[in-house]
Amino acid sequence: MSIVREAAMIIMAAVLGNNFVLVKFLGICPFLGVSKKLDSAMGMSIAVVFVMVMATAATWPIQNLLLVPNGIGYMQTIVFILVIAALVQLVEIAMKKFVPALHRGLGVYLPLITTNCAVLGVCVLNIDEGYGFAQSLLNSFGAGVGFLVAMFLFAGVRGRIENNDYPESFKGIASTLIAASILSLSFMGFAGMIDGIFGM
Amino acid sequence: MKDNKLAILTNGFIKENPVLVLVLGTCPTLAVSTQAINGMGMGLSTTVVLIFSNIFISSLKRVIPDKVRIPCYIVVIATFVTIVQLLLKAYFPDLDRALGIYIPLIVVNCIILGRAEMFANKNSVVDSALDGVGMGIGFTLALTAMACIRELLGSGSIFGIVLTANLIDPMSIFVLAPGGFFTFGVMIALVNKITQGRVRDKQKNGCAGCASAAVCGQAEEGGCQS
Repeated sequence: MSIVREAAMIIMAAVLGNNFVLVKFLGICPFLGVSKKLDSAMGMSIAVVFVMVMATAATWPIQNLLLVPNGIGYMQTIVFILVIAALVQLVEIAMKKFVPALHRGLGVYLPLITTNCAVLGVCVLNIDEGYGFAQSLLNSFGAGVGFLVAMFLFAGVRGRIENNDYPESFKGIASTLIAASILSLSFMGFAGMIDGIFGM
Repeated sequence: MKDNKLAILTNGFIKENPVLVLVLGTCPTLAVSTQAINGMGMGLSTTVVLIFSNIFISSLKRVIPDKVRIPCYIVVIATFVTIVQLLLKAYFPDLDRALGIYIPLIVVNCIILGRAEMFANKNSVVDSALDGVGMGIGFTLALTAMACIRELLGSGSIFGIVLTANLIDPMSIFVLAPGGFFTFGVMIALVNKITQGRVRDKQKNGCAGCASAAVCGQAEEGGCQS
């Protein structure tokens, strides 16, 4: 399989077929909480894409060059979450100093991402799947973009359902979850599509 | 005093159920509730982590500097998650395979960090332990209930025991992703119906433990409700 083909497959699968939010249920909290306004949904998602790729770039070498050779692979969870937390802080400080314009846009979202399960999730999944370094980075990028797509679509959906008249008990998060269910249903259709395109 | 302790313990069962009332920890709730046994396994694993992290954080509350408390909590929680992860691998390999990535992700479960922040760092060790037990049981109950519904409708069985073999065809959509969102939505609507909307104030409290509270903009408007 050519490199381009493989790269395209990993990204497509991560964005559509294995969408992090709608298929794998990672990062549901921001998906339900921040999707109310389109601009904050986008800000959050871009920050997530950024942190996911950075976190993978940091955790993959740590796992494969530091933890595994020393036989302490079981420290994965502790080390990963600490590295992610420290990394997010560093990125925030660096961004504030060198690109203040970007910091104004994304700054508020960065600290939240530390405890976003999608970021830790993608780092652990890359290791579990046995991806190489480049594949891991692509997969993380795809997962981030998948999060962005889900947030973007759902922010639009929520704008529509907000003022509808539905039963009192369904007001609020219940109706949001039902809407997410329908959106998730549409993403199920992509599962077969990836296999079809790439003939797996 | 005794009533007080009992109240702390039972608080998490129904009145402040972490899943159905506070709406915390949605990711594992949706992801592992495909089979009753998985839901229960996840609930109990989280309970163990919750009890021990509450005890530790509560007893260390004078030692941990306020400014770096969150990273300290995360280290404590991650330690217990690793212990649980290793125990599951050793003694319940099937459950470990079924829960997969969601075991390490207990670290970032907002229920645990939320209880550390909202309860354990303000209360005594005994109270925190009771709170951990109560919240853990509440989480387990909600997860098991939801998993039973999904397993019954989706695979026609509960805890692997086939119940509806010749009565109805299982609707496999319920064990897939959309069914998860749908079942959860209906369950929350039911809770709203039964309590006639009184739970909404509680959801505001839940936001204190939610990582997204700062940008969510809903903490002031009455929690994750609208």
